[in-house]
Amino acid sequence: MATTRSSRESKGTPKLGAILSHAVLIAISIVALYPIYYMVITAFKNRKEYLSSQFLPPLHPTLQNLREAIAQGELLHWMLNSVIVTAVSVLVATAAAVLAAYALARMRFPGRDAILSGIVSLMVVPPVVLLVPLFLLMVQVRLINTLPSVIVVYVGLTIPLSVYLLTNFFRALPYEIEEAARIDGCSPLGVLWRIVLPLSAPALLTSIVVNAFWVWNELLIALVFLQSNESRTLVAGLTLFQGQFKVDEPLVMTGALIATIPMLLLYLFGARFFIRGLVAGSGK
Amino acid sequence: MTRASTSEKGPAARDQGRERPKKSRLRHAPWTPYLYLLPAAAFIVLAFIYPLVEIVRTSLQVPAVTGGTTFGFTNYKFMLTDPAFRQAVLHNLILLLSVPIMTALALLFSLLLWEQMRGWKWYRAFIFTPYILAIPVVGITFIYLYSADGIVNTALEASGLGFLTRDWLGDPKLVLPSIMSVIIYRELGFGTVLFLARMMSIPTDQLDAAKTEGANWFQVHRYVTIPQMRSVIEFFVVVEIITMFSWVFAYVYTMTKGGPGFSSIILEFYIWQNAFEFQAPGIASAVAVVLMVAISGLIFLQVRVRSDESGDDA
Repeated sequence: MATTRSSRESKGTPKLGAILSHAVLIAISIVALYPIYYMVITAFKNRKEYLSSQFLPPLHPTLQNLREAIAQGELLHWMLNSVIVTAVSVLVATAAAVLAAYALARMRFPGRDAILSGIVSLMVVPPVVLLVPLFLLMVQVRLINTLPSVIVVYVGLTIPLSVYLLTNFFRALPYEIEEAARIDGCSPLGVLWRIVLPLSAPALLTSIVVNAFWVWNELLIALVFLQSNESRTLVAGLTLFQGQFKVDEPLVMTGALIATIPMLLLYLFGARFFIRGLVAGSGK
Repeated sequence: MTRASTSEKGPAARDQGRERPKKSRLRHAPWTPYLYLLPAAAFIVLAFIYPLVEIVRTSLQVPAVTGGTTFGFTNYKFMLTDPAFRQAVLHNLILLLSVPIMTALALLFSLLLWEQMRGWKWYRAFIFTPYILAIPVVGITFIYLYSADGIVNTALEASGLGFLTRDWLGDPKLVLPSIMSVIIYRELGFGTVLFLARMMSIPTDQLDAAKTEGANWFQVHRYVTIPQMRSVIEFFVVVEIITMFSWVFAYVYTMTKGGPGFSSIILEFYIWQNAFEFQAPGIASAVAVVLMVAISGLIFLQVRVRSDESGDDA
């Protein structure tokens, strides 16, 4: 296995070094994957088998936990809430960010650069700082325990990153095509819709995937704004679920698995967009 | 449908374009850009500007003896004398220790992966996986891994290190390092992938030269690779410092709720607890203001350092 290697490696690294690299990487891979492996195997064990071993895959896999989790925990309802919150937030934020980014990338107007750097700098504001006033506001307008309360806030919180990503991308597009379309009588909005957006699929997907991860995984705001059982999101509900059933490890791990699967699927589909989004920030 | 009629105007528009090339490239009414910015601005005002103004006001607001409210620094004074606040600050500072550890490990793994040995893409995917998990999922899983009969203690016993078994999240002395290990577990994938992406764009001629000169693995990376990675390392360190001050709530909330006692309380948790458990929004706001100022100061410092550096280069 270790005898064939790429040309670059054979140039510099001695054999012993290569074996050592593999050893280190295998070790860290095991550490990285073990908690996930644990979550999966535990979800399909009954409690008795769980207590006898936390290493081995289940000898008698059972769907009992899955049934119980669905029956008891309102997990499916919470999952539906999470899907709605994530989809609507990401959609609205992306639409608003596309418009703003197009103006910032392509139009000339007083205050443009100041507005862009102002928006970008908001990325570092910790959500916990904004929490108290937003909560009091939501109480006043009677949106507490409704999904719109978190959606409105998530849209606001995800817009800065989306504007940053999209503005950079739009600026790199050749504007000659847009110019030609404008000369042919297309309105600015028409140019954006028919020419810029079809060319911007990678940037749009990056922004959508990164924000979807963020919204789906958000805990603090969901915990505070959605306190009724019917309105909870899956991740916030899961912490409650854990508190309620903590001595039933297989059941709790089933809940954790249910909360993870949608994001795992999104990751398998959008890994390169996700990574591109993370790396993009470092260009600044 | 309007295409035919407007295309006649085409040449005229182009002529105009020649006269004033910069302005007429993509002409628009003076108010158009602001209209485009309006939806985003509305959400930003609601989610950022309004609360940022409000926390300053709320933090200065104190109940008056006569009833009603008055303005003063009572909340800030209380904050400074509250032992829980000091503990929280101290714990956030302790969490900063994980930044150098994380950076060093991420650098090591990305350097190893950069060799592109057989299976490197798999290793990269494995190392990155924890980062896509929700923090509460990670936290809940680690409650069990760190429990008395959890895998960590079981593994220690199995390998004859039974004397090292501990109540990892229940011992006031160990709870912070344990939480730190979970944070490192999840954030390491981000650093590794980030560094590796940057390395991939480094030209290899200098490296090859250094290798032919007989520099060993350590020297090559110490003197050739890492200096070229400076900006991305700096970016990662700043992001993680901000993370340690303002994004660790979910770890603490799911694993320990700040306990045992105050031994894992952190600033975010202190704010949350004062606002929603002790019904003291004024104190929560005062701490929020302090946190915001600290982070702004940090960013300001980093921008200054960076512009000084680029000034030297020029």
